[in-house]
Amino acid sequence: MLNLVALILLFPLIGTVINGLAGKRLRKETVGYLACGAIGLSFLVSFMVFIGLLQLPPDERLFEKHLFRWIESGSFISAAALQVDPLSVVMILVITGVGFLIHLYSIGYMHHDKGYHRYFCYLNLFVFSMLLLVLSNNFLLMFIGWEAVGLCSYLLIGFWFEKKSASDAAKKAFVVNRVGDFGFALGIMLIFLTFHSIDFTEVFSAVSHGNFEKGSFTVTMITLLLFIGATGKSAQIPLYTWLPDAMEGPTPVSALIHAATMVTAGVYMIARCNALYLLSPFTMTVVASIGVITALFAASVGLVQNDIKRVLAYSTISQLGYMFLACGVGAFTAGVFHLMTHAFFKALLFLASGSVIHALSGEQDIRKMGGLKPHIPVTYKTFLIGTVAIAGIPPFAGFFSKDEILLEALVRGNFIYWSLGAFAALLTAFYMFRLLFMTFHGECRVDHHAMEHLHESPKNMTLPLVALAGLSFVGGFFGIPGANALEHFLAPVLGGHGHTEVRGAVSAGHHGAWLPYLMMVISTAIALVGIFLAYQMYIKKPGLSKKLAERFRLIHKLLLNKYYVDEIYDAIFINPTKKISTQVLWKVIDVRMIDGSVNGIAWLVGRIGSVLRHLQTGYIRNYAFYIVVGCILIIVLAVFGR
Amino acid sequence: MTNVSIMTFNILSILPILILSGFGMIVLLVDVLSSRRLGEKNLLAYISLIGIILAAIFARSPAGTTLFSFNESFAIDNYSLFFNFIFLLSTGLTILISHSYIKREEINHGEYYALILFSTIGMMLMAAGADLLNIFIGLEVMSISIYILTGFKRSKLISNEASLKYFLLGAFATGFLLYGISLVYGSTGAINLKQIASFIASKGGISDPVLLMGMGLIIIGLGFKVASVPFHAWVPDVYEGAPTAITAFMSVGPKAAGFAAFLRILITAFGSAHDEWQKIIYILAILTMTTGNVIAIAQTNIKRMLAYSSIAHAGYLLIALVSANDMGVSGTLFYMLAYTFMNIGAFAIVIVLSRKGDEFIQINDYAGLGFKHPLLALAMTLFMFSMAGVPPTAGFVGKFYIFSAAIKSGYIGLAVIGVINSVISVYYYLRITVIMYMKEPTREFAPLTISPLIVAAIAISVIGTLHLGIFPSKVMEIAQQATLMLK
Repeated sequence: MLNLVALILLFPLIGTVINGLAGKRLRKETVGYLACGAIGLSFLVSFMVFIGLLQLPPDERLFEKHLFRWIESGSFISAAALQVDPLSVVMILVITGVGFLIHLYSIGYMHHDKGYHRYFCYLNLFVFSMLLLVLSNNFLLMFIGWEAVGLCSYLLIGFWFEKKSASDAAKKAFVVNRVGDFGFALGIMLIFLTFHSIDFTEVFSAVSHGNFEKGSFTVTMITLLLFIGATGKSAQIPLYTWLPDAMEGPTPVSALIHAATMVTAGVYMIARCNALYLLSPFTMTVVASIGVITALFAASVGLVQNDIKRVLAYSTISQLGYMFLACGVGAFTAGVFHLMTHAFFKALLFLASGSVIHALSGEQDIRKMGGLKPHIPVTYKTFLIGTVAIAGIPPFAGFFSKDEILLEALVRGNFIYWSLGAFAALLTAFYMFRLLFMTFHGECRVDHHAMEHLHESPKNMTLPLVALAGLSFVGGFFGIPGANALEHFLAPVLGGHGHTEVRGAVSAGHHGAWLPYLMMVISTAIALVGIFLAYQMYIKKPGLSKKLAERFRLIHKLLLNKYYVDEIYDAIFINPTKKISTQVLWKVIDVRMIDGSVNGIAWLVGRIGSVLRHLQTGYIRNYAFYIVVGCILIIVLAVFGR
Repeated sequence: MTNVSIMTFNILSILPILILSGFGMIVLLVDVLSSRRLGEKNLLAYISLIGIILAAIFARSPAGTTLFSFNESFAIDNYSLFFNFIFLLSTGLTILISHSYIKREEINHGEYYALILFSTIGMMLMAAGADLLNIFIGLEVMSISIYILTGFKRSKLISNEASLKYFLLGAFATGFLLYGISLVYGSTGAINLKQIASFIASKGGISDPVLLMGMGLIIIGLGFKVASVPFHAWVPDVYEGAPTAITAFMSVGPKAAGFAAFLRILITAFGSAHDEWQKIIYILAILTMTTGNVIAIAQTNIKRMLAYSSIAHAGYLLIALVSANDMGVSGTLFYMLAYTFMNIGAFAIVIVLSRKGDEFIQINDYAGLGFKHPLLALAMTLFMFSMAGVPPTAGFVGKFYIFSAAIKSGYIGLAVIGVINSVISVYYYLRITVIMYMKEPTREFAPLTISPLIVAAIAISVIGTLHLGIFPSKVMEIAQQATLMLK
């Protein structure tokens, strides 16, 4: 069954090609079902591969499928080969599973769009690229997937390219990602220089055979460069700014970017390279710090945003921060666990918010919502489940994964990580319930125009919501403490033994065995406090938030403007670049020097051209003469040129 | 020379040539015997295709061995087999794209196919030639057929002019080649490449100016055939004047044959005198690439542009020749194959879009094609990207191998110039894409009448270009085996 793995990639590719080449001529239904079917089949095969992998003994769960030899030049060899191991299987299940539901939802959501076939063509390509990224068995092929994901995000964020904001957002996503990709590419080159291979198996076995000291400079450089790539794709400080703008794309695309594809790439990559990262304590500290700071930072911005999708976008950045915190303290399993549960509930939240927007004929501002609960009951219920899950209330999915990260942060990291993370969790619970209350509860602030069209979404949109709600509910049980199935499954790749050490230390050491349970109680309490505050401010005393905002006007303004980071980047990077570009690069270097030299060269080429044109007389005697001239030159060179 | 026995030949080694000769004559006979009813000429195309396929099937030899014939003057080995495959492929594709074209241009005569087949025989003789005379005979068989084909549009002045120009200059260049061969024979007493090589080795290199002059003259003769600067002046005029399908044919087949002979002569016979010829080829390579690319920028006629692009590609191939290592040789083989697909593919699209009497072959006529005929425009884009050397196409991999061969042999400067030239070439290749997709159409696109044969040619070219770009290693491996046979 493992041999089928190539099919997982093939189906979405076929979908892309058919819809891309012939989509215009196909009926809308055909286009949609073709795209869905492709991902659905991909999911089925992924599941079969998963079953196949389970049948192997845990230590032998690594299967490489060699597709073809690709680039060979001297000592540089890169095959096109796929790798199936527990980590990649978890990823492909999430990508194809969640991806399938998003595709299904899109059929309804995008029904009226004139770029229907273009949309599904890109969407399939997006899933294909992400699958390529996680299934590759070497860094180069992974990089191809990595770049293709960036390209697809550009195409989909800018899907409504007639809108300037959309095409700007697409450009921003692309450019910001380039910065990260550059680091990633340099990292790969350094890996090749260091290990003379870009194969995962070879690189990691070289690492594990102890050829490198802990904290070696080269490994630190490699891991830092790779991490720069990860901050780009996974929207971490300082390269997160593209993600909030990425909501300019259609909502299902946001769901895809935020949940199944794209942003998980960085986390996956670091988990994949855990052997390298464990060798560099410095990088680990950087990863954990960036992660926890991003988690807190983005959560605080989320407190005051008024666009339903923007709140969710900042919550994604914040949740990704948790995953990096987990990786940074060495709890890779916890990071992947949170990646998985987050994929469920964040896809759910985005799709449900899409359903809200759909119901309100395109309104995204939560100040113009409220009281929607009775009008769109299915959307409400599923959104509630998603909110509870992300806030971290047991037994929903987000609770287990976030709790595990916080526990690991405390045990393996330090108290600062934990306290910052816990505070971010409080903020998360607060802003998510603020979002829920302002959207669905309280008085209705919807204008009467939209009110007339208010309706629950069709079945093919609510069905994925229900499915994702189910996953958000049960998703956490894969990794509950004690019987941690996910951890055992991932152990061959991510090294579960580290974890047992912790558990051992916990039970034997000064913390005692009660620590995990105490932490659970604390986590739950924190979430409940957040929810309570939101309830007080937005249900009980609706005026309170306004008062607070006035009282802490500066802070509120700071948060509302997202710490002015976009403005700061504009001031530090973009405007100077623009200024240098216009004043120096354009007006001096471009116009004077390059245009000058290009025009000069063009003039020169023109001159040469006209001279040569004179040479190209059409007369045979002239042509024969050139041959003679050439002949004399060659003879002179051959005989006397020594 | 010792006693020459013409009978020492291996039937297996010349079977493809016999098959093609036979089919060429069958084509002529069928043409003569058949009454002038419509549809008869279709038959000729199919007969020729069958001949090509049969020749390809029988063009085999036990791997890693050489079958000699005619007193070791004719060698079938992996190297010549690889080239034979390129020739047969380019001939087959040419016939596919000719079929509707010659009908449209009303030059639908039976000799057309026969001459193409005979010309292919000449190429195969060149690639298999193990002595200078055999290479020369092959070259003449090939060239004379093409001189006629160039002037095949008898009623068109431009076609006649092109034919005459090509013939006169070709004859002139042949003179150099032949004179070179006689000088080499005069100073070494041998025309067999291996014997020349052992003569040079026994002297510890070349010091004899007569031999050097002979080598130089041979380089000129072959340089003319592969269209290297300054022996290229005929190319634009001839390419423009010839029937478009023949332009496609001669931009690939004769060039490949020329390089086949070039590599064999310089590496097998003059291998130990590498230093003597590399500086000549070095300069030719730079001149050829740069002239081709720079002048191509200024062209407005797509046939002339492709003519200059073909000069530029000859320049890249000369880089591989300079490096003269295994990678360079296998890179040449790979590049020629890639070039066959992408170049004939591009010409096929030019044919589809043009009208009787070569209308609509200005580059501006392609404006808006992307909206009117998206698939054709997509295919053209692919070929242009491949010629410019953008992954994942065949052209990229080919350039990659050639430039790495140059670097491997230490010619870093040459590789840099090659890369700069590729950058220049991006301008005029992508200009076509830009015009197709970003300009409003300036003319009405009449409904196209596309024959299934030309669609097959475009499809094969697209698949070939992509396949070589994505899965290069299998073909490269075969090319590497072929390389071993030269030493």
